[in-house]
Amino acid sequence: MSSFFEYVVQCWPQLVLGLGLTVKMTIFSLVLAVIIGMIACLFSISNVKPLNWISGVYLSVIRGTPLMVQAVFIYFGLTAALDVKISSFNAAVLVLCLNAGAYLSEIFRSGIAAVNKGQMEAARSLGLPYGVAMRKIILPQAIRIVIPSVLNQFIITLKDTSILSVIGCGELMRQGDQIVSRNFRSFETYAIVAIMYYVVVTILTKIFRIIERRLSN
Amino acid sequence: MIKVKTEQLKKNFGDLEVLKGIDLEVKEGEVVCLIGPSGSGKSTFLRCLNRLEETTAGTVIVDDHDLTNPKCDINKVRENIGMVFQQFNLFPHLNVLENIMLAPVDRKKMSKEEAKKTAERLLAVVGLAEKATEYPANLSGGQQQRVAIARALAMQPDIMLFDEPTSALDPEMVGEVLEVMKKLASDGMTMVVVTHEMGFAREVADRVIFMDGGYIVEQGTPVEVFGNPQNKRTQDFLNKVL
Repeated sequence: MSSFFEYVVQCWPQLVLGLGLTVKMTIFSLVLAVIIGMIACLFSISNVKPLNWISGVYLSVIRGTPLMVQAVFIYFGLTAALDVKISSFNAAVLVLCLNAGAYLSEIFRSGIAAVNKGQMEAARSLGLPYGVAMRKIILPQAIRIVIPSVLNQFIITLKDTSILSVIGCGELMRQGDQIVSRNFRSFETYAIVAIMYYVVVTILTKIFRIIERRLSN
Repeated sequence: MIKVKTEQLKKNFGDLEVLKGIDLEVKEGEVVCLIGPSGSGKSTFLRCLNRLEETTAGTVIVDDHDLTNPKCDINKVRENIGMVFQQFNLFPHLNVLENIMLAPVDRKKMSKEEAKKTAERLLAVVGLAEKATEYPANLSGGQQQRVAIARALAMQPDIMLFDEPTSALDPEMVGEVLEVMKKLASDGMTMVVVTHEMGFAREVADRVIFMDGGYIVEQGTPVEVFGNPQNKRTQDFLNKVL
């Protein structure tokens, strides 16, 4: 057992470096994903048919293909075809935000649909235009409804960063892979990696619970 | 002066013809009660008067604005038509004052202080001055509906529409809402009320309209309609509810 802890200490600097990148990647992706998700959601509930169509295609492509395929297609496929260079970190953020954005847009849409129809009618009957009614009456209620699902998506995206190890940016999973390829100690290394994800997710879950409780009061 | 006028108003939901040609004029200060069995089209008709339902054919003229004209600025017209719903539809994330102040501040560009004063005055009118900072969830149904009336009145409308305002209330709370409506009527508000409260219609209405199957079947003063209904369908309906 003492050798296990020695091993942890030995791997620690490299894994922490990876974890830092994982967290950074998650934060960047989620900020963009929330924006993309809102836009896609507005497109999908709009009365303008072409906008519905755009969000529909976006959603079905993201839902219909695996994240890993999206990652290699964008990082290896698209960059080769278009002859552009993009860092693996930027590619990872791009893939993750497109992916999470699609799921968030569905979460937002369901939240808006869950607000009682009478709320919009009451707002419009007072003479409020659609946009004002949406902003001041519907969205504040929808946000409260979707917060648990949105926070859940945040955790999913954090874990999904591990899939991005396939395009070789040095996040936590990738660092683990590299250690194993050097010393073949797969059991201990992946156990440490798993525990690190677990601890971060658990801390986040606890924080989110507190946020949810605050908001429901 | 005519405040509301509909001509051959028709409304279909898909293949279902709900309104089959309604002609109605409501004069300034008049209180019109719409009665009739469920599914007769009363609520749909009322909702056509502020275009919460788009009409299929015919015209709806409110305050000289033709609501069926696509160029009509419906938001402007709606500012002048208050509506009270069966389910109250207060905004649950805003407190009572904020519910009432929202539209005047946003639409009429009223200052917050002025809107607050108006809201407090209206709350006193509906007897809820002490509930100003409560949230809707903490109010009884009757209180919520009175706040909803105050919210509609805050826009200083000329016309008020009531869509079964007491149907979702516990029996002991019906009276307090009807009292507020009576006060409004006696102050000269033009009102169109869809209701199952025959006592209210008899006492307050200037005119009672009986609708069935998408038509106006019979109309007249409460004495005429309740005392001596001419049409067989009106007689059957009144026999059941009275």
